Amino acid sequence: MISLPGLLDTEAIRKDFPILDRTVHDGKKIVYLDNAATSQKPRQVLDVLNEYYERHNSNVHRGVHVLAEEATAGYEGARDKVAAFINAPSRDEVIFTKNASESLNLVANMLGWADEPYRVDRGTEIVITEMEHHSNIVPWQLLSQRTGAKLKWFGLTDDGRLDLSNIDQVITEKTKVVSFVLVSNILGTINPVEEIVRRAQEVGALVVIDASQAAPHMALDVQALQADFVAFTGHKMCAPTGIGVLWGRQELLEDLPPFLGGGEMIETVSMHSSTYAPAPHKFEAGTPPIAQAIGLGAAVDYLTGIGMDNIQAHEHAITEYAVRRLLEVPDLRIIGPTTAEDRGAAISFTLGDIHPHDVGQVLDEQGIAVRVGHHCARPVCLRYGIPATTRASFYLYSTPAEVDALVDGLEHVRNFFG
Amino acid sequence: MKLDSMYQEVILDHYKHPQGRGLRDGDAEVHHTNPTCGDEITLRVKLDGGRVEDVSYEGQGCSISQASASVLHELLVGKELAEASKVQELFLALMQSKGQLTPDDAMEEVLEDAVAFAGVSKYPARVKCALLSWMAWKDATAQALSVKETA
Repeated sequence: MISLPGLLDTEAIRKDFPILDRTVHDGKKIVYLDNAATSQKPRQVLDVLNEYYERHNSNVHRGVHVLAEEATAGYEGARDKVAAFINAPSRDEVIFTKNASESLNLVANMLGWADEPYRVDRGTEIVITEMEHHSNIVPWQLLSQRTGAKLKWFGLTDDGRLDLSNIDQVITEKTKVVSFVLVSNILGTINPVEEIVRRAQEVGALVVIDASQAAPHMALDVQALQADFVAFTGHKMCAPTGIGVLWGRQELLEDLPPFLGGGEMIETVSMHSSTYAPAPHKFEAGTPPIAQAIGLGAAVDYLTGIGMDNIQAHEHAITEYAVRRLLEVPDLRIIGPTTAEDRGAAISFTLGDIHPHDVGQVLDEQGIAVRVGHHCARPVCLRYGIPATTRASFYLYSTPAEVDALVDGLEHVRNFFG
Repeated sequence: MKLDSMYQEVILDHYKHPQGRGLRDGDAEVHHTNPTCGDEITLRVKLDGGRVEDVSYEGQGCSISQASASVLHELLVGKELAEASKVQELFLALMQSKGQLTPDDAMEEVLEDAVAFAGVSKYPARVKCALLSWMAWKDATAQALSVKETA
Protein backbone atom coordinates (compact mmCIF):
# COMPACT_ATOMS: atom_id res chain seq x y z
CA MET A 1 0.00 0.00 0.00
CA ILE A 2 1.26 3.42 -0.90
CA SER A 3 1.08 5.91 1.92
CA LEU A 4 0.88 9.59 1.15
CA PRO A 5 0.79 12.41 3.69
CA GLY A 6 -2.73 13.76 4.21
CA LEU A 7 -4.62 10.61 3.26
CA LEU A 8 -7.79 9.73 5.12
CA ASP A 9 -8.37 6.29 6.59
CA THR A 10 -9.97 5.04 3.39
CA GLU A 11 -10.25 1.51 4.69
CA ALA A 12 -12.72 2.72 7.31
CA ILE A 13 -14.45 5.19 5.00
CA ARG A 14 -14.99 2.66 2.24
CA LYS A 15 -16.95 0.46 4.65
CA ASP A 16 -19.59 3.22 4.66
CA PHE A 17 -20.11 2.86 0.89
CA PRO A 18 -21.62 -0.55 0.09
CA ILE A 19 -21.42 -0.02 -3.66
CA LEU A 20 -17.62 0.13 -3.59
CA ASP A 21 -17.65 -3.61 -2.83
CA ARG A 22 -19.44 -4.38 -6.08
CA THR A 23 -17.77 -6.49 -8.66
CA VAL A 24 -18.42 -6.20 -12.40
CA HIS A 25 -17.39 -8.09 -15.55
CA ASP A 26 -16.70 -11.50 -14.00
CA GLY A 27 -15.54 -10.59 -10.55
CA LYS A 28 -13.52 -7.44 -11.06
CA LYS A 29 -13.81 -5.07 -8.14
CA ILE A 30 -15.17 -1.72 -9.24
CA VAL A 31 -12.74 1.20 -9.34
CA TYR A 32 -15.05 4.19 -9.27
CA LEU A 33 -13.33 7.24 -10.75
CA ASP A 34 -16.40 9.11 -11.96
CA ASN A 35 -16.98 11.24 -8.89
CA ALA A 36 -17.21 14.53 -10.75
CA ALA A 37 -20.33 13.14 -12.43
CA THR A 38 -21.84 11.85 -9.21
CA SER A 39 -20.56 10.58 -5.90
CA GLN A 40 -21.48 7.32 -4.24
CA LYS A 41 -23.74 7.41 -1.17
CA PRO A 42 -22.75 6.27 2.32
CA ARG A 43 -24.95 4.00 4.39
CA GLN A 44 -25.54 6.93 6.77
CA VAL A 45 -27.41 8.74 3.98
CA LEU A 46 -29.19 5.65 2.66
CA ASP A 47 -30.41 4.79 6.16
CA VAL A 48 -31.84 8.27 6.66
CA LEU A 49 -33.70 8.07 3.35
CA ASN A 50 -35.12 4.71 4.27
CA GLU A 51 -36.12 5.82 7.73
CA TYR A 52 -37.82 8.89 6.35
CA TYR A 53 -40.00 6.84 4.01
CA GLU A 54 -40.65 4.10 6.56
CA ARG A 55 -41.50 6.32 9.52
CA HIS A 56 -42.02 10.01 8.70
CA ASN A 57 -43.25 10.34 5.11
CA SER A 58 -45.74 13.17 4.63
CA ASN A 59 -46.03 16.42 2.74
CA VAL A 60 -44.36 19.37 4.41
CA HIS A 61 -45.76 22.58 5.92
CA ARG A 62 -49.33 23.37 6.97
CA GLY A 63 -50.07 19.82 8.09
CA VAL A 64 -51.32 19.50 11.66
CA HIS A 65 -50.71 15.81 12.09
CA VAL A 66 -47.64 14.15 13.57
CA LEU A 67 -46.16 12.90 10.31
CA ALA A 68 -46.50 16.29 8.60
CA GLU A 69 -44.78 17.93 11.54
CA GLU A 70 -41.96 15.39 11.46
CA ALA A 71 -41.50 15.70 7.71
CA THR A 72 -41.44 19.49 8.01
CA ALA A 73 -38.95 19.36 10.86
CA GLY A 74 -36.74 17.06 8.81
CA TYR A 75 -36.95 19.22 5.68
CA GLU A 76 -36.39 22.52 7.46
CA GLY A 77 -33.73 20.89 9.64
CA ALA A 78 -31.85 20.02 6.47
CA ARG A 79 -31.93 23.71 5.56
CA ASP A 80 -30.31 24.54 8.89
CA LYS A 81 -27.61 21.97 8.25
CA VAL A 82 -26.87 23.27 4.77
CA ALA A 83 -26.81 26.87 6.04
CA ALA A 84 -24.22 25.93 8.66
CA PHE A 85 -22.24 23.89 6.10
CA ILE A 86 -21.76 26.90 3.82
CA ASN A 87 -21.59 29.47 6.64
CA ALA A 88 -24.70 31.31 5.43
CA PRO A 89 -25.62 34.29 7.65
CA SER A 90 -29.25 33.14 7.62
CA ARG A 91 -31.06 29.85 7.00
CA ASP A 92 -33.60 31.80 4.94
CA GLU A 93 -30.94 32.36 2.30
CA VAL A 94 -30.84 28.65 1.43
CA ILE A 95 -33.21 27.75 -1.41
CA PHE A 96 -33.72 24.09 -2.26
CA THR A 97 -33.86 23.30 -5.99
CA LYS A 98 -33.57 20.04 -7.87
CA ASN A 99 -29.96 20.52 -8.96
CA ALA A 100 -27.33 23.15 -9.73
CA SER A 101 -28.71 23.65 -13.24
CA GLU A 102 -32.05 24.65 -11.79
CA SER A 103 -30.30 26.94 -9.30
CA LEU A 104 -28.48 28.76 -12.10
CA ASN A 105 -31.59 28.96 -14.27
CA LEU A 106 -33.43 30.38 -11.28
CA VAL A 107 -30.91 33.20 -10.89
CA ALA A 108 -30.95 33.96 -14.62
CA ASN A 109 -34.75 34.17 -14.57
CA MET A 110 -34.85 36.29 -11.41
CA LEU A 111 -32.58 38.80 -13.12
CA GLY A 112 -34.49 38.71 -16.39
CA TRP A 113 -37.76 39.62 -14.67
CA ALA A 114 -36.28 41.92 -12.03
CA ASP A 115 -36.87 45.64 -11.74
CA GLU A 116 -34.01 48.07 -11.66
CA PRO A 117 -31.32 48.08 -10.45
CA TYR A 118 -30.96 44.34 -11.04
CA ARG A 119 -32.70 43.97 -14.38
CA VAL A 120 -30.61 42.41 -17.14
CA ASP A 121 -31.71 44.08 -20.32
CA ARG A 122 -30.67 45.51 -23.68
CA GLY A 123 -27.58 47.65 -23.22
CA THR A 124 -26.30 45.59 -20.29
CA GLU A 125 -23.78 42.78 -20.23
CA ILE A 126 -23.52 39.28 -18.78
CA VAL A 127 -20.05 37.79 -18.16
CA ILE A 128 -19.22 34.08 -17.94
CA THR A 129 -16.10 32.05 -18.78
CA GLU A 130 -15.07 29.57 -21.45
CA MET A 131 -14.63 26.81 -18.85
CA GLU A 132 -18.24 26.76 -17.66
CA HIS A 133 -20.37 23.65 -17.55
CA HIS A 134 -23.21 23.96 -20.07
CA SER A 135 -25.49 24.63 -17.09
CA ASN A 136 -23.70 27.94 -16.54
CA ILE A 137 -23.64 28.83 -20.24
CA VAL A 138 -27.05 28.01 -21.68
CA PRO A 139 -29.20 29.83 -19.05
CA TRP A 140 -27.21 32.99 -19.76
CA GLN A 141 -27.45 32.51 -23.52
CA LEU A 142 -31.20 32.21 -23.12
CA LEU A 143 -31.32 35.34 -20.97
CA SER A 144 -29.15 37.18 -23.47
CA GLN A 145 -31.36 36.13 -26.40
CA ARG A 146 -34.55 37.04 -24.58
CA THR A 147 -33.43 40.41 -23.24
CA GLY A 148 -30.90 41.63 -25.80
CA ALA A 149 -28.17 41.79 -23.16
CA LYS A 150 -24.69 41.06 -24.48
CA LEU A 151 -23.00 37.81 -23.40
CA LYS A 152 -19.22 38.06 -22.86
CA TRP A 153 -16.68 35.61 -21.46
CA PHE A 154 -13.16 35.12 -20.22
CA GLY A 155 -10.99 32.88 -22.38
CA LEU A 156 -8.52 30.25 -21.18
CA THR A 157 -4.75 30.06 -21.07
CA ASP A 158 -2.89 27.15 -22.64
CA ASP A 159 -2.33 25.58 -19.22
CA GLY A 160 -6.02 25.48 -18.36
CA ARG A 161 -6.45 28.63 -16.28
CA LEU A 162 -8.73 31.61 -16.75
CA ASP A 163 -7.17 34.37 -18.81
CA LEU A 164 -7.92 37.43 -16.70
CA SER A 165 -5.38 39.68 -18.44
CA ASN A 166 -8.22 41.73 -19.94
CA ILE A 167 -10.47 41.68 -16.88
CA ASP A 168 -11.15 45.43 -17.04
CA GLN A 169 -12.35 45.14 -20.64
CA VAL A 170 -14.48 42.06 -20.00
CA ILE A 171 -16.14 43.28 -16.80
CA THR A 172 -17.24 46.86 -17.42
CA GLU A 173 -19.69 49.46 -16.13
CA LYS A 174 -22.33 47.78 -18.31
CA THR A 175 -21.88 44.38 -16.63
CA LYS A 176 -24.90 43.38 -14.59
CA VAL A 177 -23.87 39.89 -13.61
CA VAL A 178 -20.70 37.79 -13.58
CA SER A 179 -21.23 34.04 -13.28
CA PHE A 180 -18.33 31.61 -13.07
CA VAL A 181 -17.32 28.20 -11.86
CA LEU A 182 -15.29 27.85 -8.68
CA VAL A 183 -13.74 24.50 -9.68
CA SER A 184 -13.91 23.37 -13.32
CA ASN A 185 -15.56 19.98 -13.86
CA ILE A 186 -13.40 19.25 -16.90
CA LEU A 187 -10.07 20.99 -16.27
CA GLY A 188 -10.03 20.69 -12.49
CA THR A 189 -8.88 24.31 -12.22
CA ILE A 190 -9.69 26.21 -9.02
CA ASN A 191 -10.42 29.77 -10.08
CA PRO A 192 -9.20 32.98 -8.40
CA VAL A 193 -12.49 34.13 -6.90
CA GLU A 194 -11.14 37.21 -5.16
CA GLU A 195 -9.79 38.93 -8.24
CA ILE A 196 -13.02 38.45 -10.19
CA VAL A 197 -15.25 39.44 -7.28
CA ARG A 198 -13.20 42.59 -6.66
CA ARG A 199 -13.62 43.74 -10.25
CA ALA A 200 -17.33 42.85 -10.30
CA GLN A 201 -17.91 44.82 -7.10
CA GLU A 202 -16.05 47.80 -8.57
CA VAL A 203 -18.63 48.05 -11.34
CA GLY A 204 -21.59 47.02 -9.19
CA ALA A 205 -22.23 43.69 -10.93
CA LEU A 206 -23.79 40.74 -9.13
CA VAL A 207 -21.59 37.68 -8.71
CA VAL A 208 -22.89 34.13 -9.19
CA ILE A 209 -20.62 31.21 -8.34
CA ASP A 210 -21.17 27.67 -9.57
CA ALA A 211 -19.76 25.63 -6.69
CA SER A 212 -20.93 22.21 -7.91
CA GLN A 213 -17.40 20.81 -7.98
CA ALA A 214 -16.32 22.72 -4.87
CA ALA A 215 -19.00 22.03 -2.25
CA PRO A 216 -18.26 18.26 -2.14
CA HIS A 217 -14.51 18.71 -1.86
CA MET A 218 -13.59 21.72 0.28
CA ALA A 219 -14.96 23.97 3.00
CA LEU A 220 -17.37 26.37 1.33
CA ASP A 221 -17.90 29.73 3.01
CA VAL A 222 -20.34 31.91 1.12
CA GLN A 223 -19.44 34.94 3.22
CA ALA A 224 -15.74 34.59 2.53
CA LEU A 225 -16.46 34.19 -1.20
CA GLN A 226 -18.33 37.52 -1.14
CA ALA A 227 -20.60 36.31 -3.90
CA ASP A 228 -24.26 37.23 -4.27
CA PHE A 229 -25.40 33.76 -5.30
CA VAL A 230 -23.80 30.33 -4.93
CA ALA A 231 -25.19 27.24 -6.63
CA PHE A 232 -24.39 23.57 -6.04
CA THR A 233 -25.96 20.14 -6.19
CA GLY A 234 -26.41 17.40 -3.62
CA HIS A 235 -25.70 14.26 -5.56
CA LYS A 236 -22.02 15.07 -6.06
CA MET A 237 -21.59 15.34 -2.26
CA CYS A 238 -22.94 12.00 -1.04
CA ALA A 239 -26.61 13.07 -1.15
CA PRO A 240 -29.31 11.64 -3.43
CA THR A 241 -30.07 13.06 -6.86
CA GLY A 242 -32.93 15.54 -7.16
CA ILE A 243 -31.76 18.08 -4.59
CA GLY A 244 -29.74 21.22 -5.28
CA VAL A 245 -29.10 24.46 -3.48
CA LEU A 246 -29.13 28.10 -4.40
CA TRP A 247 -27.76 30.37 -1.73
CA GLY A 248 -28.51 34.08 -2.22
CA ARG A 249 -27.97 37.22 -0.17
CA GLN A 250 -31.08 37.98 1.83
CA GLU A 251 -31.76 41.50 0.54
CA LEU A 252 -31.52 40.24 -3.03
CA LEU A 253 -33.93 37.41 -2.33
CA GLU A 254 -36.33 39.94 -0.85
CA ASP A 255 -36.10 42.26 -3.86
CA LEU A 256 -36.01 39.78 -6.73
CA PRO A 257 -39.19 38.34 -8.22
CA PRO A 258 -40.18 34.66 -8.02
CA PHE A 259 -39.71 32.47 -11.08
CA LEU A 260 -41.88 29.38 -10.61
CA GLY A 261 -45.34 30.01 -9.22
CA GLY A 262 -47.47 27.53 -7.35
CA GLY A 263 -48.20 26.05 -3.97
CA GLU A 264 -46.04 26.90 -1.00
CA MET A 265 -44.55 30.07 -2.50
CA ILE A 266 -47.55 32.30 -1.77
CA GLU A 267 -48.83 34.40 1.08
CA THR A 268 -52.32 34.96 -0.25
CA VAL A 269 -53.99 34.22 -3.57
CA SER A 270 -57.09 35.69 -5.17
CA MET A 271 -58.29 35.22 -8.73
CA HIS A 272 -56.78 38.57 -9.64
CA SER A 273 -53.40 38.52 -7.97
CA SER A 274 -51.21 36.98 -5.32
CA THR A 275 -48.66 37.99 -2.77
CA TYR A 276 -45.66 35.86 -2.05
CA ALA A 277 -44.16 34.11 0.91
CA PRO A 278 -40.82 35.42 2.11
CA ALA A 279 -37.63 33.71 0.89
CA PRO A 280 -36.71 30.92 0.73
CA HIS A 281 -40.27 29.67 0.21
CA LYS A 282 -40.94 32.34 -2.41
CA PHE A 283 -38.60 30.36 -4.66
CA GLU A 284 -39.80 26.85 -3.78
CA ALA A 285 -43.09 26.38 -5.63
CA GLY A 286 -44.81 23.03 -5.27
CA THR A 287 -44.04 20.00 -3.14
CA PRO A 288 -40.28 20.04 -2.72
CA PRO A 289 -37.94 17.04 -2.87
CA ILE A 290 -38.42 16.29 0.82
CA ALA A 291 -36.60 13.01 1.26
CA GLN A 292 -33.79 14.27 -0.96
CA ALA A 293 -33.34 17.41 1.15
CA ILE A 294 -33.27 15.31 4.30
CA GLY A 295 -30.74 13.07 2.56
CA LEU A 296 -28.64 16.13 1.79
CA GLY A 297 -28.79 17.06 5.46
CA ALA A 298 -27.49 13.59 6.33
CA ALA A 299 -24.74 13.93 3.72
CA VAL A 300 -23.70 17.26 5.23
CA ASP A 301 -23.53 15.58 8.67
CA TYR A 302 -21.44 12.78 7.20
CA LEU A 303 -18.98 15.09 5.43
CA THR A 304 -18.75 17.43 8.41
CA GLY A 305 -18.00 14.46 10.64
CA ILE A 306 -14.97 13.63 8.50
CA GLY A 307 -14.07 17.30 8.10
CA MET A 308 -14.02 19.24 4.83
CA ASP A 309 -10.40 20.31 5.38
CA ASN A 310 -9.42 16.67 5.84
CA ILE A 311 -11.27 15.72 2.66
CA GLN A 312 -9.52 18.48 0.75
CA ALA A 313 -6.11 17.37 2.05
CA HIS A 314 -6.88 13.78 1.07
CA GLU A 315 -7.90 14.72 -2.43
CA HIS A 316 -4.93 17.00 -2.82
CA ALA A 317 -2.60 14.10 -1.99
CA ILE A 318 -4.44 11.78 -4.38
CA THR A 319 -4.44 14.41 -7.13
CA GLU A 320 -0.73 15.06 -6.74
CA TYR A 321 -0.05 11.35 -6.97
CA ALA A 322 -2.44 10.85 -9.90
CA VAL A 323 -0.98 13.73 -11.93
CA ARG A 324 2.52 12.35 -11.39
CA ARG A 325 1.57 8.78 -12.32
CA LEU A 326 -0.53 9.80 -15.33
CA LEU A 327 2.29 11.88 -16.76
CA GLU A 328 4.40 8.70 -16.79
CA VAL A 329 1.99 7.15 -19.32
CA PRO A 330 3.39 7.56 -22.85
CA ASP A 331 1.33 9.82 -25.16
CA LEU A 332 -0.88 10.99 -22.30
CA ARG A 333 -1.69 14.70 -22.30
CA ILE A 334 -3.44 16.27 -19.33
CA ILE A 335 -6.00 18.88 -20.40
CA GLY A 336 -5.81 21.36 -17.55
CA PRO A 337 -3.21 22.22 -14.91
CA THR A 338 -0.40 19.65 -14.75
CA THR A 339 0.32 20.20 -11.08
CA ALA A 340 -1.93 19.76 -8.06
CA GLU A 341 -1.72 23.46 -7.17
CA ASP A 342 -5.06 25.31 -7.29
CA ARG A 343 -6.52 22.19 -8.72
CA GLY A 344 -9.40 19.90 -7.83
CA ALA A 345 -9.51 16.14 -8.16
CA ALA A 346 -10.98 15.88 -11.67
CA ILE A 347 -8.27 15.11 -14.22
CA SER A 348 -9.03 15.11 -17.95
CA PHE A 349 -6.62 13.72 -20.47
CA THR A 350 -6.15 12.44 -23.98
CA LEU A 351 -4.18 9.32 -24.84
CA GLY A 352 -2.44 9.62 -28.20
CA ASP A 353 -4.97 9.26 -31.01
CA ILE A 354 -7.11 6.78 -29.14
CA HIS A 355 -10.60 8.17 -28.83
CA PRO A 356 -11.84 8.61 -25.24
CA HIS A 357 -14.82 6.37 -25.98
CA ASP A 358 -12.47 3.54 -26.74
CA VAL A 359 -10.33 4.35 -23.70
CA GLY A 360 -13.41 4.28 -21.47
CA GLN A 361 -14.69 1.03 -22.94
CA VAL A 362 -11.46 -0.85 -22.39
CA LEU A 363 -11.11 0.58 -18.87
CA ASP A 364 -14.69 -0.50 -18.11
CA GLU A 365 -13.83 -4.04 -19.06
CA GLN A 366 -11.28 -3.92 -16.22
CA GLY A 367 -13.86 -2.57 -13.79
CA ILE A 368 -12.60 1.01 -13.95
CA ALA A 369 -15.36 3.63 -14.25
CA VAL A 370 -14.29 6.91 -15.86
CA ARG A 371 -16.27 9.44 -17.87
CA VAL A 372 -15.58 10.13 -21.53
CA GLY A 373 -16.83 12.86 -23.83
CA HIS A 374 -16.99 16.63 -23.53
CA HIS A 375 -18.29 16.59 -19.94
CA CYS A 376 -20.95 19.20 -20.72
CA ALA A 377 -18.15 21.68 -21.33
CA ARG A 378 -17.81 21.48 -25.11
CA PRO A 379 -16.27 24.97 -25.48
CA VAL A 380 -13.26 23.71 -23.49
CA CYS A 381 -12.76 20.87 -25.98
CA LEU A 382 -13.03 23.33 -28.87
CA ARG A 383 -10.53 25.66 -27.14
CA TYR A 384 -7.93 22.90 -26.90
CA GLY A 385 -8.70 21.41 -30.32
CA ILE A 386 -9.81 18.01 -29.06
CA PRO A 387 -13.08 16.18 -29.66
CA ALA A 388 -13.38 14.83 -26.13
CA THR A 389 -11.39 13.72 -23.11
CA THR A 390 -11.23 10.85 -20.67
CA ARG A 391 -11.78 12.11 -17.14
CA ALA A 392 -10.81 10.41 -13.89
CA SER A 393 -12.16 12.12 -10.78
CA PHE A 394 -11.52 11.25 -7.17
CA TYR A 395 -13.26 11.63 -3.84
CA LEU A 396 -12.80 10.98 -0.12
CA TYR A 397 -12.85 7.20 -0.61
CA SER A 398 -10.37 7.11 -3.51
CA THR A 399 -7.05 5.38 -2.90
CA PRO A 400 -3.57 5.48 -4.43
CA ALA A 401 -4.14 1.84 -5.40
CA GLU A 402 -7.04 3.01 -7.58
CA VAL A 403 -4.72 5.49 -9.28
CA ASP A 404 -2.35 2.60 -9.94
CA ALA A 405 -5.22 0.54 -11.34
CA LEU A 406 -6.04 3.38 -13.72
CA VAL A 407 -2.45 3.68 -14.88
CA ASP A 408 -2.24 -0.09 -15.44
CA GLY A 409 -5.58 0.06 -17.23
CA LEU A 410 -4.29 2.75 -19.58
CA GLU A 411 -1.30 0.58 -20.42
CA HIS A 412 -3.77 -2.13 -21.39
CA VAL A 413 -5.67 0.40 -23.54
CA ARG A 414 -2.47 1.35 -25.35
CA ASN A 415 -1.67 -2.29 -26.04
CA PHE A 416 -5.17 -2.97 -27.26
CA PHE A 417 -5.18 -0.18 -29.81
CA GLY A 418 -1.41 -0.08 -30.41
CA MET B 1 -13.32 -11.81 -23.32
CA LYS B 2 -16.35 -9.65 -23.98
CA LEU B 3 -14.33 -6.75 -25.36
CA ASP B 4 -13.33 -8.82 -28.36
CA SER B 5 -16.98 -9.19 -29.28
CA MET B 6 -17.13 -5.43 -29.74
CA TYR B 7 -13.68 -4.76 -31.08
CA GLN B 8 -13.62 -7.43 -33.77
CA GLU B 9 -10.44 -7.62 -35.79
CA VAL B 10 -12.39 -6.42 -38.84
CA ILE B 11 -13.45 -3.29 -36.98
CA LEU B 12 -9.98 -2.47 -35.72
CA ASP B 13 -8.67 -3.04 -39.22
CA HIS B 14 -11.13 -0.58 -40.76
CA TYR B 15 -10.33 1.88 -37.96
CA LYS B 16 -6.62 1.74 -38.66
CA HIS B 17 -7.01 1.65 -42.45
CA PRO B 18 -10.19 3.57 -43.32
CA GLN B 19 -11.61 3.09 -46.81
CA GLY B 20 -12.73 6.04 -48.89
CA ARG B 21 -11.92 8.67 -46.29
CA GLY B 22 -11.64 12.31 -47.41
CA LEU B 23 -14.23 14.61 -48.94
CA ARG B 24 -14.81 14.43 -52.67
CA ASP B 25 -17.36 15.89 -55.02
CA GLY B 26 -20.96 15.14 -54.06
CA ASP B 27 -24.62 16.03 -54.72
CA ALA B 28 -25.38 16.66 -51.05
CA GLU B 29 -23.45 17.11 -47.86
CA VAL B 30 -24.56 16.61 -44.27
CA HIS B 31 -22.90 17.09 -40.92
CA HIS B 32 -24.01 14.80 -38.12
CA THR B 33 -22.85 14.73 -34.52
CA ASN B 34 -23.30 12.51 -31.54
CA PRO B 35 -23.83 15.07 -28.79
CA THR B 36 -23.15 12.67 -25.97
CA CYS B 37 -19.57 11.99 -26.97
CA GLY B 38 -18.52 14.51 -29.57
CA ASP B 39 -18.28 12.15 -32.55
CA GLU B 40 -18.70 14.09 -35.77
CA ILE B 41 -18.96 13.27 -39.43
CA THR B 42 -19.28 15.31 -42.60
CA LEU B 43 -20.52 13.07 -45.37
CA ARG B 44 -21.20 13.59 -49.07
CA VAL B 45 -23.20 11.42 -51.41
CA LYS B 46 -22.80 11.41 -55.17
CA LEU B 47 -25.49 9.70 -57.18
CA ASP B 48 -25.34 8.53 -60.77
CA GLY B 49 -28.98 8.08 -61.70
CA GLY B 50 -30.20 5.38 -59.36
CA ARG B 51 -26.72 4.25 -58.37
CA VAL B 52 -24.49 5.30 -55.46
CA GLU B 53 -21.46 6.64 -57.30
CA ASP B 54 -19.50 7.77 -54.23
CA VAL B 55 -19.74 8.29 -50.51
CA SER B 56 -16.98 10.47 -49.12
CA TYR B 57 -16.52 11.57 -45.54
CA GLU B 58 -14.41 13.32 -42.96
CA GLY B 59 -14.88 12.98 -39.26
CA GLN B 60 -13.54 12.39 -35.85
CA GLY B 61 -14.65 9.90 -33.32
CA CYS B 62 -14.09 6.57 -31.70
CA SER B 63 -12.94 3.42 -33.45
CA ILE B 64 -16.52 2.18 -33.76
CA SER B 65 -17.83 5.31 -35.50
CA GLN B 66 -14.81 5.60 -37.79
CA ALA B 67 -14.71 1.93 -38.73
CA SER B 68 -18.43 1.99 -39.40
CA ALA B 69 -18.04 4.83 -41.90
CA SER B 70 -15.28 2.92 -43.64
CA VAL B 71 -17.42 -0.22 -43.87
CA LEU B 72 -20.32 1.86 -45.18
CA HIS B 73 -18.14 3.23 -47.95
CA GLU B 74 -16.96 -0.20 -48.92
CA LEU B 75 -20.44 -1.65 -48.86
CA LEU B 76 -22.61 1.00 -50.50
CA VAL B 77 -20.49 2.57 -53.22
CA GLY B 78 -21.43 1.09 -56.59
CA LYS B 79 -24.75 -0.33 -55.40
CA GLU B 80 -28.17 0.54 -56.81
CA LEU B 81 -29.98 2.89 -54.40
CA ALA B 82 -32.74 0.41 -53.61
CA GLU B 83 -30.22 -2.23 -52.74
CA ALA B 84 -28.10 0.21 -50.69
CA SER B 85 -31.19 1.22 -48.72
CA LYS B 86 -31.87 -2.43 -47.92
CA VAL B 87 -28.33 -2.78 -46.56
CA GLN B 88 -28.84 0.33 -44.47
CA GLU B 89 -32.12 -0.96 -43.06
CA LEU B 90 -30.68 -4.34 -42.21
CA PHE B 91 -27.68 -2.75 -40.52
CA LEU B 92 -30.03 -0.52 -38.53
CA ALA B 93 -32.05 -3.56 -37.44
CA LEU B 94 -28.90 -5.38 -36.40
CA MET B 95 -27.65 -2.43 -34.37
CA GLN B 96 -30.98 -2.00 -32.63
CA SER B 97 -31.19 -5.68 -31.73
CA LYS B 98 -29.54 -5.30 -28.29
CA GLY B 99 -27.41 -8.32 -29.03
CA GLN B 100 -30.46 -10.50 -29.74
CA LEU B 101 -29.80 -10.94 -33.47
CA THR B 102 -27.16 -13.47 -34.38
CA PRO B 103 -26.13 -12.88 -37.97
CA ASP B 104 -26.83 -15.88 -40.18
CA ASP B 105 -25.43 -16.61 -43.64
CA ALA B 106 -28.19 -14.67 -45.39
CA MET B 107 -27.48 -11.60 -43.29
CA GLU B 108 -23.76 -11.97 -43.76
CA GLU B 109 -24.22 -12.05 -47.49
CA VAL B 110 -25.92 -8.65 -47.40
CA LEU B 111 -23.88 -6.97 -44.66
CA GLU B 112 -20.45 -8.51 -45.33
CA ASP B 113 -17.90 -6.83 -42.99
CA ALA B 114 -20.71 -4.94 -41.27
CA VAL B 115 -21.83 -8.09 -39.41
CA ALA B 116 -18.76 -7.55 -37.25
CA PHE B 117 -20.73 -4.79 -35.52
CA ALA B 118 -23.25 -7.30 -34.10
CA GLY B 119 -21.32 -7.29 -30.81
CA VAL B 120 -21.57 -3.51 -30.54
CA SER B 121 -25.36 -3.76 -30.35
CA LYS B 122 -24.98 -5.12 -26.81
CA TYR B 123 -23.53 -1.80 -25.66
CA PRO B 124 -26.32 0.80 -25.69
CA ALA B 125 -23.84 3.68 -25.30
CA ARG B 126 -22.03 2.65 -28.47
CA VAL B 127 -24.89 1.90 -30.85
CA LYS B 128 -25.11 5.57 -31.77
CA CYS B 129 -21.41 5.57 -32.66
CA ALA B 130 -21.93 2.70 -35.09
CA LEU B 131 -25.00 4.31 -36.63
CA LEU B 132 -23.63 7.84 -37.01
CA SER B 133 -22.37 7.51 -40.58
CA TRP B 134 -25.35 5.37 -41.65
CA MET B 135 -27.84 7.99 -40.48
CA ALA B 136 -25.74 10.65 -42.19
CA TRP B 137 -25.78 8.63 -45.41
CA LYS B 138 -29.55 8.24 -45.28
CA ASP B 139 -30.00 11.96 -44.71
CA ALA B 140 -27.53 12.96 -47.44
CA THR B 141 -29.10 10.57 -49.93
CA ALA B 142 -32.56 11.98 -49.29
CA GLN B 143 -31.19 15.47 -49.84
CA ALA B 144 -29.36 14.47 -53.01
CA LEU B 145 -32.58 12.97 -54.38
CA SER B 146 -34.64 16.05 -53.60
CA VAL B 147 -31.99 18.26 -55.20
CA LYS B 148 -32.18 16.13 -58.34
CA GLU B 149 -35.97 16.24 -58.33
CA THR B 150 -35.99 20.01 -58.04
CA ALA B 151 -33.45 20.25 -60.83
